Amino acid sequence: MLRLPPFRYVAATSVSSAIEALVENADSMVVSGGTDLYANMKQRLFTPPLLIGLRSISELKSIAYNEVTGLTLGATTTLTEIAASDVVRRYYPALAEAALSISTPPLRNMGTIGGNICLDTRCNYYNQNLDWRKALNYCMKKDGDICRVAPSSKKCVAANSSDTAPVLQAFGARLLLVGPDGEREVAIADFYRNDGIFAWAKKRDEIVTGVLIPPPAADTRSAYRKLRLRNSFDFPIFGVAAVVARDRTGMCTSARIVINAVGSMPVEVTKAAEMLVGKKLSAEVLDAAAEAAFAAGKPLDNTSGSIPYRKRMARVFTRRALEACA
Amino acid sequence: MSVAPPKTLVCLNINGEDIECAFAPNKTLLEVLREDLALTGTKHGCEMGHCGACCVLVDDEPALSCLVLGLEAQGRRIRTVEGLAKNNQLHPVQQAFAECGAAQCGYCTPGFLMTAAALVEHDANLTSEKICDAISGNLCRCTGYTKIIEAIALASQRMRESEPREAKRGTDV
Amino acid sequence: MKQSVVLMSEPDLRTVSTATNPDGDARPLTPASVTTSILIAAPSQPADKPEGFSVVGKALPKVDSFAKVTGQEKFADDIILPQMLYGKMLRSIYAHARLKRIDVSKALALPGVVAIATGADLPVRYGILPSSPDETVMAIDTVRYVGDPVACVVADDELTAEEALELIEVEYEPLPAIMSIDEALRTDLPQIHPNPRRTNNVHKEAHLEFGDVAAGFAQADQIFEDEFFFEGNTHAPIEQHSIVAQPTSDGKLTLWCSTQTPHYLHRIAAQVLQLPGSYVRVIAPPIGGGFGGKTEPFAHELAAGYLALRTGKPVKITLTRQEVFYAHRGRHPVRFKLKTGVRKDGSITAVHLQSWLDGGGYGSYGVATTYYTGALTTVTYKIPAYKFDGIRVFTNKPPCGPKRGHGTTQPRFALECQLDKIAAVLGLDAAEYRKRIAVDPNTTTVNGLRITSCGIRECIDAAATRTGYHEKKGKLRRGKGIGIAASSYLCGAGLPIYWNPMPQSGAIVKVDRGGGVTVFCGSSEAGQGSNHMLAAIVAETLGVDVMDVRVCSGDTDLTPVDLGSYSSRVTFMAGNAARFAAVKVRAQLLEAAAEKLNLQPSEVGLSARRAYELTNPKNAITFIDAAQAAEAKFGTVVGVGSYTPPKLAAGYKGSGVGPSPAYSYSAAVAEVDVDLETGVITVEKITLAHDVGRSINPDSVEGQIEGGVYMGLAEALFEEWPFRAGEHKIPNLLDYKMPTSLDTPPIESIIIETDDREGPFGAKEAGQGPLNPVIPAIANAVAEAINARIYSTPITAEKVLMAIDAQAGGGLRLRAVKTPKVPA
Repeated sequence: MLRLPPFRYVAATSVSSAIEALVENADSMVVSGGTDLYANMKQRLFTPPLLIGLRSISELKSIAYNEVTGLTLGATTTLTEIAASDVVRRYYPALAEAALSISTPPLRNMGTIGGNICLDTRCNYYNQNLDWRKALNYCMKKDGDICRVAPSSKKCVAANSSDTAPVLQAFGARLLLVGPDGEREVAIADFYRNDGIFAWAKKRDEIVTGVLIPPPAADTRSAYRKLRLRNSFDFPIFGVAAVVARDRTGMCTSARIVINAVGSMPVEVTKAAEMLVGKKLSAEVLDAAAEAAFAAGKPLDNTSGSIPYRKRMARVFTRRALEACA
Repeated sequence: MSVAPPKTLVCLNINGEDIECAFAPNKTLLEVLREDLALTGTKHGCEMGHCGACCVLVDDEPALSCLVLGLEAQGRRIRTVEGLAKNNQLHPVQQAFAECGAAQCGYCTPGFLMTAAALVEHDANLTSEKICDAISGNLCRCTGYTKIIEAIALASQRMRESEPREAKRGTDV
Repeated sequence: MKQSVVLMSEPDLRTVSTATNPDGDARPLTPASVTTSILIAAPSQPADKPEGFSVVGKALPKVDSFAKVTGQEKFADDIILPQMLYGKMLRSIYAHARLKRIDVSKALALPGVVAIATGADLPVRYGILPSSPDETVMAIDTVRYVGDPVACVVADDELTAEEALELIEVEYEPLPAIMSIDEALRTDLPQIHPNPRRTNNVHKEAHLEFGDVAAGFAQADQIFEDEFFFEGNTHAPIEQHSIVAQPTSDGKLTLWCSTQTPHYLHRIAAQVLQLPGSYVRVIAPPIGGGFGGKTEPFAHELAAGYLALRTGKPVKITLTRQEVFYAHRGRHPVRFKLKTGVRKDGSITAVHLQSWLDGGGYGSYGVATTYYTGALTTVTYKIPAYKFDGIRVFTNKPPCGPKRGHGTTQPRFALECQLDKIAAVLGLDAAEYRKRIAVDPNTTTVNGLRITSCGIRECIDAAATRTGYHEKKGKLRRGKGIGIAASSYLCGAGLPIYWNPMPQSGAIVKVDRGGGVTVFCGSSEAGQGSNHMLAAIVAETLGVDVMDVRVCSGDTDLTPVDLGSYSSRVTFMAGNAARFAAVKVRAQLLEAAAEKLNLQPSEVGLSARRAYELTNPKNAITFIDAAQAAEAKFGTVVGVGSYTPPKLAAGYKGSGVGPSPAYSYSAAVAEVDVDLETGVITVEKITLAHDVGRSINPDSVEGQIEGGVYMGLAEALFEEWPFRAGEHKIPNLLDYKMPTSLDTPPIESIIIETDDREGPFGAKEAGQGPLNPVIPAIANAVAEAINARIYSTPITAEKVLMAIDAQAGGGLRLRAVKTPKVPA
């Protein structure tokens, strides 16, 4: 059997005690659902001496909506709960779609929105057992010096593989973080960094405690489309989130299109959005937007599927996501 | 081991029974069940969440025991395949699996049964599509899922009708 | 009519009139067979009429299904013994290297580590095939793939053993790694297995020719030449390989092992551990899937046995999923060149098939696989002249071996795709064409294979009718397609792995005074339902309930030898052995019961747990009374039966591969809908008709059909065996794509029964045959949907788009299949 390395475990009962434990114990890590972290620990990608469990902190599990402030999600709300939530399905259907597309039913019962936002970046050469990585002489992200996918790259290029991240960004979500110095909010667009190793703009001892999504404009439509080889289990090898608002005449008033699994962070295709705003959503307009998404995505050879295919699908899937919003 | 992690004495609720056991923090619920409690009905095919063989019910919801710590199971109701039958009477999903030939090698079966039990207990209006969705996190290499889907549908139908059926056994003599 | 029974060596429950059938072909009798005429009471409902069967042919829950649905079934890793130690293997991190030095001292010093073994401790060479004994338990001087075992540590717990692996110091001298067929054929690279008779890494060559092939091509109106590539893949059973080795102080060893072949493990374990065979016991618990991946002894099994003896404690080793990928013995990647000559009407005049197999680092069953890529070409369609050239090479990858279909799956893809092409060019209906050129029952092929029962036409008709094939073909909108393919498979290789004149299967049936019946047989329950099959055959023969029969299988101390669950041999061979054993018990019971009832044995029948007067069923005694009367009369009531296949090999070199006492037949129809923008193939349905001879349990047969279809679909669309930097790129179940319930279409199975005269109750196989036609059926359906053909597997979305883009060329070769020159 593949087993976890040794560690101590403490179930935090409050956010402040969790942060205290993080501060006092170097190399400690927090865990909510564990579906990403425990698998990675079995592969010895992480070996924290102390794990701080967040699932007993009741205030972190919540879904609340009002028309003024929008949707507030506690970080340890499960993906199943989010996919099934009436308010999410009604006001942010792409988020429900994205949540429902993640992994499998049992894993969605366990996995949390905070965990998916903070999903470790992924790569074929990194997400492997210790002895496999040893045979390759490791890689830049873990125990080695060179990126095995892009040997001349100075940065790790492991891919952001979250399904909710591009959707949250397209909805303009903000994250709530709490640390030893207090609370702060950050736009999710500013939370991710173009670096497979230092992928988040947060300190080690800060915890993502919640997500705030502003209320959608009237007649907002949204969609999430995910490319993968199987219809279950698989991470995205391309993901596109589209949030489009229109006025009574059908003219697009605002649009945000965000693609993912093409780099270490989600990529907002502002060019595509520009092609939509102020126009009716005709076939030509959607084609042009899809073309912009195709140009914006530069996938690397670190997932299933080939680069040419994933790039080609960027155009097709973006178009289909936009058609669902039209 | 060079430094063995200390064991914690823990009380777990397994199949309705409170059981005390002691294990190290890094033991998953899968390992605790199989190795500390001798409940070997729950199987493992990958220990990474990629196959679903280790599926159990945690507070009546399917969860993969290979990615749940034994410690995290405290205070929650854990149900395993050993707890499905009551007083030697098979749960409807077990009966249906046996009758429909849904268990070939039977290794993935406990994981499927737990997923199925949760499904038929929560939703009385099953369709083939709902069943396929619900079992999409359980891999089977033997059956092509065909008879598994039939069996779950049959179990659901029987529970709806609440008719006790004669076990289909032996020859037609 | 006098009911006389004459068979090869054993009595038959049904009536068979003569040793030569009216068609004139001599049914071979095994040389030493005693021609026995036994009067067997013919029940008023003759056992060979379906309505007369009480158990056979009934869709009953399997006798072991209750254990499986309660979690009570004990698989190897469920076994926990007192004082048990846990083992882990250290494996090579180089694809090809000399092993210069290995130092385990630091690892031994780790608290909790009990013992360590390395290659030098177990120097005996072995191999599943006596012709390629190229393995040692752990590497001694050379490692040949990333994952090749190098040492074994046993410790108090698994994590300690794993920690100890890190402390073992190994000095490797890397060598160039040979990672493709082309590289293996080069003469300037090191040999993976030193062979002075060669200058490259060829392992095996097979060259066979039958009939006048040159004349056949000369007579052809048209010749088709195509190249194909079939990608490698693996079995991926959900249960990882596992063994518990238990030593006893008398020097004996018991191995509970997840294996399909306990007898072969027994032989090789005794040989390698240098113990008398009488001191080694192999018990095969029910296994969680095998599919050919658990049919030979593995390093961890032999190492566990060795270290159990050395430490005096039980040792358990269960492989991680990654290690299962390294153990492999899976589907060989094969390149093909297929040349077929046909007349205007499509009848075949000659075939020349060339295959190149990528064998990985060791031989495994590979010599047989090489022959299998050519051997069964002729048992499906009439081929009057046939030439076959097969080459297997070594590469620095995990060794390839037998996977469901064993070497016949790949050529079936090539044959059936080309046949569809031929039909299209000649303007023939693909289904009718196949029926027209199909072989006939009771004929012999040009390479000497004896065909008996053959339901291929019935299968094609059934699948075509059920799917409306003729109404749909050629009439679907672009993007939709329907494809058909047919296939054949053997019912057990006619020859065992090691040549010997002994039976391939034996069974003992015992009756207890309490009415319980036990059947002992060395077969291994792999999920296919072999235990139920044995119980059903015995229950039918003795007229008891199938739940009255207990099956003791796969235990080399208790059960007679059965060669194992591979080659689709178990129903045919173990089933026959069990039947013969049960018939002997039946004879004793009838004689004793007849005495009690004051009748002749021929007037008595056994049914419904009773022995009764056939013409006056109320005049009866219970089965228990009959059993006790028999024991009083004869002593302990036991029957022994064994089965040896008829000697069918035609005598040329390589003729040992191919012959079988019977062949099953299948036809598959696949219906697809291709998204022309994304290339994604949605298989809407697969319908498969399979000639199984007779179903012992229709649910089990359907289960095998459905499972074979699933596995074929997975190979056709999803599974790959890629390497990068010398390593298996995706040795885990997330990246290695096995279809989920949301990727698998509805599967409809149709059982065809041709009642084979030599199978037990007419039964043939269902374990492997149904897989083969599925892959070309899908390929043929996709070819129609996109109006372009893909010549390799898996048929991915990307290949579909490339094929659509390249349509003008009339076909796309996705790999430069530059077929290599066959070395002189």
